[in-house]
Amino acid sequence: MSVRDENIIEVEGLTKAFGDFKAVNEISFVVKRGEIFGFLGANGAGKTTAMKMLIGISTPTSGKAKVAGFDVFTSAEDIKKNIGYMSQKFALYDDLTVRENITFFGGIYGLKRQQIKNKSNQLIEELGLEDVKNQLVGSLPLGWKQKISFSVAMLHEPKIVFLDEPTGGVDPITRRQFWEMIYKAADEGTTIFVTTHYMDEAEYCNRVSIMVNGKIEALDTPQKLKEQFKADNMNDVFLKLARG
Amino acid sequence: MSISVRNISKSFKKVQALDQISFEVAQGELFGLIGPDGAGKTTLFRILTTLLVADEGSASVFGFDVIDGMNDIRNSVGYMPGKFSLYQDLTVEENLTFFATIFDTTVAENYHLIEDIYVQIEPFKNRRAGALSGGMKQKLALCCALIHQPKVLFLDEPTTGVDPVSRKEFWEMLKRLQQKGITILVSTPYMDEAALCDRIALIQDGKILDINSPEEIVAKHQHVIYDVKASNPHQLISLLKAYPTAHSVYPFGEYVHYTDQSGEFKQEDLHAYLAHNGLKEIVIQPTPATIEDAFMELAN
Amino acid sequence: MKKFIGFIKKEFYHIFRDRRSLFILFGMPIAQIMLFGFAITNEINNVNVVVLDLSKDVSTNTIVNKISASSYFTVTQLLESQNEVESIFKKGKVKAVIVFEKDFDQQMRNAGIAKIQLLTDATDPNTANTINNYITSITQNYAKEINQDIQLPFQIVPESRMVFNPEIKSVFMFVPGVMTIILMLVSAMMTSISITKEKELGTMEILLVSPLKPYQVIIGKVIPYVFLSIINALVIILLSIFIFKMPVQGSFFLLGLESVLFIITSLSLGILISTMSKTQQTAMMISLMGLMLPVILLSGFIFPINSMPLPLQVISNIIPAKWFIIIIKGVMLKGVGLLYLWKETLILLGMTVFFILLSIRKYKIRLE
Repeated sequence: MSVRDENIIEVEGLTKAFGDFKAVNEISFVVKRGEIFGFLGANGAGKTTAMKMLIGISTPTSGKAKVAGFDVFTSAEDIKKNIGYMSQKFALYDDLTVRENITFFGGIYGLKRQQIKNKSNQLIEELGLEDVKNQLVGSLPLGWKQKISFSVAMLHEPKIVFLDEPTGGVDPITRRQFWEMIYKAADEGTTIFVTTHYMDEAEYCNRVSIMVNGKIEALDTPQKLKEQFKADNMNDVFLKLARG
Repeated sequence: MSISVRNISKSFKKVQALDQISFEVAQGELFGLIGPDGAGKTTLFRILTTLLVADEGSASVFGFDVIDGMNDIRNSVGYMPGKFSLYQDLTVEENLTFFATIFDTTVAENYHLIEDIYVQIEPFKNRRAGALSGGMKQKLALCCALIHQPKVLFLDEPTTGVDPVSRKEFWEMLKRLQQKGITILVSTPYMDEAALCDRIALIQDGKILDINSPEEIVAKHQHVIYDVKASNPHQLISLLKAYPTAHSVYPFGEYVHYTDQSGEFKQEDLHAYLAHNGLKEIVIQPTPATIEDAFMELAN
Repeated sequence: MKKFIGFIKKEFYHIFRDRRSLFILFGMPIAQIMLFGFAITNEINNVNVVVLDLSKDVSTNTIVNKISASSYFTVTQLLESQNEVESIFKKGKVKAVIVFEKDFDQQMRNAGIAKIQLLTDATDPNTANTINNYITSITQNYAKEINQDIQLPFQIVPESRMVFNPEIKSVFMFVPGVMTIILMLVSAMMTSISITKEKELGTMEILLVSPLKPYQVIIGKVIPYVFLSIINALVIILLSIFIFKMPVQGSFFLLGLESVLFIITSLSLGILISTMSKTQQTAMMISLMGLMLPVILLSGFIFPINSMPLPLQVISNIIPAKWFIIIIKGVMLKGVGLLYLWKETLILLGMTVFFILLSIRKYKIRLE
């Protein structure tokens, strides 16, 4: 197993309240280094709020959380330097070319000019983008964009990558290629934190947590969850959990 | 035939959105268009609802041609576009009343059609549509598309971005509507929803890969599929791809789906090969094919 | 018909629920009229001037007293030498320096000519010009006073009377302009935005796939704004009558009719814009850049058309606002009737028909 016995995310009693409403209600979990951790829940269950706290762009109301060794209350800026982030909503600039996107994101992650050059050549070669490297990203198929944006989120070799519903709407084959990339990254020691409400995505993860109304109601490997809820797949697990 | 599509092609600038598409949907059938984003599903819906004109080919809905019978089609079909297309600043009730009015009917007149669905959102009838959750928005949109008692319902990706519970409820509603004799053409990127349709068309890059009942499509799959699992999925995939007789290797949830090209494949050989290369906790077992396996086989 | 009424009802929901737009819609006319009426004006009041009096005699004293006694000027300082002039301008607090030459009184009586040098800060040319005129008129009055007894052999005394706006109130000039801008803005921008909004949100797709005819959608969109614009026009006219005492010399009824005509012209322009743009943002940009600027610059609202270069004068003819401003000025200030304004009215009518025909041609009954 590529998962190391070293906690890279530690969360204890983390809470975010908006007035009386607790969007995230005392959640606790740990993620090990090199683990693929699925963070599931229905729309509005609190996934996004929880993730925003972990990536250091939202301050928790109470509780404790450490990401890559840094406290979310005091070292949000250090966290941002050590993580990568990719979301389905915003990934790349459609009106820049593939190469310009890579250069731009390399730049904001603080990579040196030569590093960016090497990295982008490597990336273009690995993803087979030689023919399209000077095309606008907007003209590429969705699946390609998602693969490129994952690679871009990995440019600065972060310890953890946060993926927000990464493969929605992508064709089945490209989706597999995407997961192969994730497996490779995890094998090399990068921790993957995926939030999604696509349940089939959950089955690719080492462990998954399922959030319902701000609380984590289940946390285990997909296999054990299926046994626990006597379900054939994660979709059924989710249905049983959500319907109480 | 309720819907009939003959050799439809359509392109936008450089992109060929639809390439010689033909199929027919019988009256009362629940027909699914299954394919990823960019497959051409939305373009096809727009041609059938008279919003776009095809470059080539012809199509008809309930006998009305999509060009000559434009007004007849517009007066009679129910359409739910892919993007949530209701008025966010109107309440649930106001939206519904509005759509009833523009179709010259009233909510009361056709309430029996939407009753099962509407009772679920009725507690929120004075809430603005923009403040509803994803699942409830879809239910409201479906009510609005149904309120004039259409004979055909066009639903473009109604379950995209909706959580599993709401998706399940949505499909249960479609089944009930079908029993009331409504023909339904629905598109979805989720392969697991294909099994819920009477017949499906698998579509990718503007081409139809196959049209059949979901059972037939799965049954036609040529290769035996093996679930393979081991301690390190990344190494496992690389090793399987390097196995001399490998036909296809796809990660599939906690397993990897493996098919072999030779007739004399033995599970033990593969097990030994993987173990020899240092993998542990190896599991190999045959597994039934899914729509997604069929889709990938056809697309490749 | 029930469909159509249902549609209009929906439009009113949209309008009344968007509090911010509603506030702008009705707040803007009032704010604009107040702004132009009170703040922005060609008249000058209590302008700071300084005097450098190198003569210090009876005449200069009298003139300085006359200047400071007028409500237009405040004499803030008396300078001692020419050297101070430049630095005092640089400080920016003073708009004009009045310099009397040495032995002013003596020169006047002996040589018959005495000189006053008037230096004005021309960074604001309009004000500088006005100051110039006022000071000149004060000194001329003085000259007339002391020459009372002497009968000049030949004399031409222009006796000017400002007709239609005897007090040269600038607000009379601005009200027609502001009214034009507001009607244009509300009608064209609001309708084009409201139509493109349906395109952007995808609801246009559903409306097209429904028994509603495209022309019903468009008319349904436009009718609420006809109402709102008429209310706006009324508010502006009432404000200008009761607060700025602006007269309506001509027929109130004609004024109303012409306003409705211009509202319809603007609405048809709004529809035309909406057929050309896909997003609310584009519609707004086109309305602002394509309509607002020409209306402000080329309609004769601020800059007189007669003093523009010929090409701009020609272009100004295609601006509907130009004709409408001529019409309201005619009705409100001159009190003329259709007998004199039929040409302008006909031009507006023609433009409206043209815009509507063009919109129908460009309107898409399908998506792109």
